[in-house]
Amino acid sequence: MNVVTGPIAAEPATYKLQTRRLRKTYGPVVALAGADVEMLEGEFLTLLGPSGSGKTTLLLMVAGLIHPDSGEVWIDGRLATYTPPFKRDVGMVFQNYALFPHLTVGENIAFPLRMRRMPEATILQEVRRVLEIVRLPHVEGRLPRALSGGQQQRIALARCMVYKPSIILMDEPLGALDKKLRDQMQLEIKQLHIELGITVLYVTHDQEEAMIMSDRICLMNDGHIQQIGTPDDLYFRPRTQFAAEFLGESNILTGEVTGVEGASVVVTAARGVKLRAPRSESLRDPRRVALMVRPERVTIQDAKTALPGSEPHNRLEGLLRQVILVGGVTKYYVTLDDGQTIVAFALTGDAKVVAAPGSRVSVTWPAASGVLLSAPAMTER
Amino acid sequence: MTSAGTAVDRMSAAPRGPSARWKGWPLLPALVFLLFLFVYPVGQLLWLSAINKSGALTGQHYARLFSSSLYVDVLLITVKISAWTTAFALLGGYPVAYLLATSSARWRTRLTFWVLLPFWTSFLVRAFAWMVLLGRNGALNKLLEATGLTTAPVAVIFNLTGVLIGMTHALMPLGILTMVSVMEHIDASLPKAAATLGARGGQAFWRIYFPLSLPGVAAAGLLVFISSMGFFIIPALLGGRRETMITQIIIEQVQDLMNWAFAGAISLLLLATALVVFYLYDRALGMSTLASGTPELDRRGGGRENLVARVSAWAGRRLVAAFGWLCDRAAELTERLVPRRAERPARAWARGVLVAACVLVLAFLALPAFFMVPVSFTTEGFIDWPPKGFSLKWYRAYLESAQWMAATVRSVVVGVVSATLAMLIGVPAAFGLARRDFMGKTGALALILSPLIIPRMIIAVALFYLYARVGLVGSSLGLVLGHTVLAIPFVVVTVMAVLKNYDERLDQAASSLGASRARALYHVTLPLIRGGLVAAFLFAFVTSFDELTIALFVTGGLTTTLPKQMWDDALLKVTPTLAAVSTVLIVFVAITITLAERFRRGAARA
Repeated sequence: MNVVTGPIAAEPATYKLQTRRLRKTYGPVVALAGADVEMLEGEFLTLLGPSGSGKTTLLLMVAGLIHPDSGEVWIDGRLATYTPPFKRDVGMVFQNYALFPHLTVGENIAFPLRMRRMPEATILQEVRRVLEIVRLPHVEGRLPRALSGGQQQRIALARCMVYKPSIILMDEPLGALDKKLRDQMQLEIKQLHIELGITVLYVTHDQEEAMIMSDRICLMNDGHIQQIGTPDDLYFRPRTQFAAEFLGESNILTGEVTGVEGASVVVTAARGVKLRAPRSESLRDPRRVALMVRPERVTIQDAKTALPGSEPHNRLEGLLRQVILVGGVTKYYVTLDDGQTIVAFALTGDAKVVAAPGSRVSVTWPAASGVLLSAPAMTER
Repeated sequence: MTSAGTAVDRMSAAPRGPSARWKGWPLLPALVFLLFLFVYPVGQLLWLSAINKSGALTGQHYARLFSSSLYVDVLLITVKISAWTTAFALLGGYPVAYLLATSSARWRTRLTFWVLLPFWTSFLVRAFAWMVLLGRNGALNKLLEATGLTTAPVAVIFNLTGVLIGMTHALMPLGILTMVSVMEHIDASLPKAAATLGARGGQAFWRIYFPLSLPGVAAAGLLVFISSMGFFIIPALLGGRRETMITQIIIEQVQDLMNWAFAGAISLLLLATALVVFYLYDRALGMSTLASGTPELDRRGGGRENLVARVSAWAGRRLVAAFGWLCDRAAELTERLVPRRAERPARAWARGVLVAACVLVLAFLALPAFFMVPVSFTTEGFIDWPPKGFSLKWYRAYLESAQWMAATVRSVVVGVVSATLAMLIGVPAAFGLARRDFMGKTGALALILSPLIIPRMIIAVALFYLYARVGLVGSSLGLVLGHTVLAIPFVVVTVMAVLKNYDERLDQAASSLGASRARALYHVTLPLIRGGLVAAFLFAFVTSFDELTIALFVTGGLTTTLPKQMWDDALLKVTPTLAAVSTVLIVFVAITITLAERFRRGAARA
């Protein structure tokens, strides 16, 4: 039941990482229900989802730290499903960094090189090199606990990069940092990814983090992959209601398809209101649908004002309940006549929006910016 | 108006402020109690060893101690037996502790039971069990003869072998539990991280896990060694003349010769040896690992300026690397025989070997006591293996004996009263230590824990001397007070552990909702830590119920306790009655730990 993107039939050799129908259950709980993921060399792929969605399970299977019930893992074109972690040549940054507390920073970074029996001179040189890269050249002789959270994070990354693994896995590596440091580290990791051309499989539950860092995002829920695509795909072209609601804010109206007009579909919503949206191919039931529109595409107007321009618009009427100023953006909450709430964003100070709370307003959006999704009852949730 | 009234009261009370009185006041009962019944008598005993009959300072007792090689030899034997016991207990206990610390919660609970059962089973019962097993006609010799391995009985009792088997068996559970408490705190992601970085199982264990578990090993070693030094039951029952340990000499001096001063001198020798061991331990690792249970890694190692430390650190690293290398070569060899394949899971050989080893160790720990069960149903008048026939006459003998019944009742009553008293004194102290910061906290904690560390024999002799002067010998009160001294540290440690996991914000929430301090304590705190309190009470009870050392001196004749009665009987002859009593005790202890564990887990869940 997964949404698979990319050519599944391609040779495994062309991928840095490929998983095929990976499945894991814990008793009656399905942690992962057959996951297919492919990654190209140098790609930054994020597994995004709420807790319990199966993203960490998938990551640990790639690392070899847990075994799947069924399915396959291919790394660098080689079957590695049950290969022990120490033979996989993957690197992993743990959520709590997992720096060895009894070894100095230098010894921590040297550890993977020692395991590979490199000569001491090379080890020393390599340790210095990666410490330069993470901009902490002076901490080599310290114990991890003497470092701040952000510094420990960088050392964990350095320990991972030093042996140039084919893939670097990161399990919510920024979860323990405060907001400001997290923002900074996001950009730093992204920068390292670009400069060094490393392949990163990243796990997070923070949609903003995923959008900032990823080349592609694999959105997961309840052990299923919901959608894999670029941040742009997921935001503007979500395939499921879950995807639409998990990334950014969304307005969702349910209705029935009652006609087709060229490239657009006519949806009859509650109280017989007709709405238009672009045609979509991936609907499970072509009649019962949900129409999603992002709040920033919705405009609030005085009920009497005429529609601007010639572009086809959808229009609904309701009562403006609440206006909330959130910095650069102002949010307008409108209760429609059928009781549903629609939220609209406008740039703060936008002169076109003049309505006051309590007044009747019309809510409009360009028909082309709506997205048709399978109706809620039909989604796999 | 009432609420306004209390608000005013509180405001008028406020100016006194927190600095007006010592913030450690909840510890006062414990400190005063220990001062009078622990510090004073022990000090008195040691002082006694330094004066002559007219009260003038003298070194005569110490001169006698070293005048012949007798006492020094006994000390050396004691140290030797303790060292061997420690080595065996750590070697056998480490795999079990590792298995416990790395198992799932469910398996850990199940396995822990088999460690706790021998831990709480009376030393006496366990010594009897080994007598049944190791005797000339014991189960072991019968088995060896039946299989044709030997023709004549092998001497494994009344010699060093017997003592070491008994002592290792007696103290390994303590070692395991101490090591587990440290291993539990080792981050489970570290070995995984090592694996992803390219370390095989052997290197990951020896280079990462093992060094991190060392503080636990050292703490376990210290506790086992110090406990061994104070042992007398096992060497007396399983050893020969040449395995006489120093506490046996103290007993002799007090019971047979009434030579207090010389007993005091030997006690000081024992204490000094214990302190030297503590000092060496502290030099090497720092005392804080004992109390906190977590590794304190760079307290001294941070600078590494010390040459000895640097050399030993280097040697240690080489050693673990070598062990890791050896293990990995072994693993590679196994893999060559049974190749690992990417398309199917590999067999976990190492884990299998570990589990097998642990099953053997746990069987060694848990099974011997059960040999008492069939023996208790024998029809014969002596202990023999295999027991013949089936009869309940030894249970009848136990139940119908006024002496045994009186001893049992007394043990239960003394246990309940001692545990209650220890709770009343220990719980406030635990609250004070866990929640407050005050002057002298470290010293207060050290004093409260010291009855655990000072060899029990010294406390017993000291109390005997005190009681002899105030007329408490042979009284239940004397016994209760002595047992309370021993039980207080158990109560404090258990309750502190529970409070460490208790979210204090719940109390703050209660008081913000209008509850007074007392009402918050009664309605919120106590119900939530009830399980831990019950467990502490049970541990205190068992400590008293199983106590022999103090009972040895301050009871006698009609005022005997169950362990004392068993000891006196055993010294004459080990009869099937003892087997019957032991069986009753094993069942009793099994029920008690099951209850205590259930309450403790309940507390953890809350």
